Amino acid sequence: MFFPQDNEKPIYLQLASAVEDDILSGIFKEDEQIISTTELSIALRINPATANKAINLLVDQGLLYKKRGLGMFVTPGASDKILSRRKELFKDDFVLPLLKEARKISLPAEQIIEIIMKEGCIDESD
Amino acid sequence: MNLIELSDISKQFGKTKAIDKVSITFAPNKIHGLLGRNGAGKTTLLNIINNRIFPDQGTVKIGGSSVKNDEQILRNVFYMTEKNLYPESYSLKELLNLCKDFYPTTDLSCANNLAEKFKLNMKQKIGGLSSGYLSIFKAIMALSSNALILILDEPVSGLDANHRELLYREILASYAAKAQTIIISTHLIEEIATLLEEVAIINNGKILLQEPVESLLQKAWIVAGEKSKVRRFTESMRTLRTTPIGQREETLLFGQIDNEQLQTGKDIGLEFARASLQKIFIGLTDNMEANHE
Repeated sequence: MFFPQDNEKPIYLQLASAVEDDILSGIFKEDEQIISTTELSIALRINPATANKAINLLVDQGLLYKKRGLGMFVTPGASDKILSRRKELFKDDFVLPLLKEARKISLPAEQIIEIIMKEGCIDESD
Repeated sequence: MNLIELSDISKQFGKTKAIDKVSITFAPNKIHGLLGRNGAGKTTLLNIINNRIFPDQGTVKIGGSSVKNDEQILRNVFYMTEKNLYPESYSLKELLNLCKDFYPTTDLSCANNLAEKFKLNMKQKIGGLSSGYLSIFKAIMALSSNALILILDEPVSGLDANHRELLYREILASYAAKAQTIIISTHLIEEIATLLEEVAIINNGKILLQEPVESLLQKAWIVAGEKSKVRRFTESMRTLRTTPIGQREETLLFGQIDNEQLQTGKDIGLEFARASLQKIFIGLTDNMEANHE
């Protein structure tokens, strides 16, 4: 869990996204319990209300569920859900900033594609 | 029970208005930051809340009772002062036992536990402590008092970075377990920022603002770029502080900007970044001086 991730977003959003990363990477597995908000708050040195807000956001999105008296668990299918949303956000979060920089330094599209093909580890991982 | 309400408090020392018609409420069960520059009135305000000095006018209520009329109510408040007010010849252990007389809820094993974590020998005399360990001892008393309200004036004064981290975590652990109302006054704004839920900024004896840290942070932007562009963009906005860097300029904007404005700025080549609580604090307290003097 890398936290804080950047300074642009409110802390609770950064934390929610850090928890998502750990679900994606399998550190938090489906139907397994995740760290409590109290532990999160102390470990990351943040106000418990902030930690709660992050966790509640993930509950609202159906990525976590609460077991009464026990704590928070990862919803089955959470990883796929995060994956498909991250794919939707890929253009906005990564491609557009890339194109912006490319425009700034007058890098033509062919060259960008060439770099991608050369680095190309996209197909291989499938 | 642990709501703190100040209404229309004023206090003058000689010709200086130390506190000027302050009305402020500290909501229960939250961690509040009380921030201000040296001489802004932080400690005076905390002393007034604790009935250690008396305001010229106004009232302080804790849990609905006036601190002036109800001395018992202050037994719910542990006030960690910056100065040492304990007799120097007492050992830490003796002082802790005295503390238990005044705060019967004091948890001695919690105190000893904390002393161990900070490697503080409780058999020594308070007069022999370094300034850092004096802070640590006072903080340990506060955290183990189990008072409903903790008021911590410069709690990390003199502590090294390792001990500051440890203390911040212990404050959070105590708060997570007991949900006290905690007011922390400090100059180390950057470090404390993520601990706080609410922040109040005091300047020249007046409360400049009080609001949730999260919403305050959402209000500020640093806009940077070519001088004339920055100036044109910020013309009709509230700016707190401008830093020229050669041909560039960085300006701290205060007030919501909508996405459309943001995009307009980006389109003309300006850069935007979020401002930290410390930057906002500096901007606000510098600015007020410039406007008032």
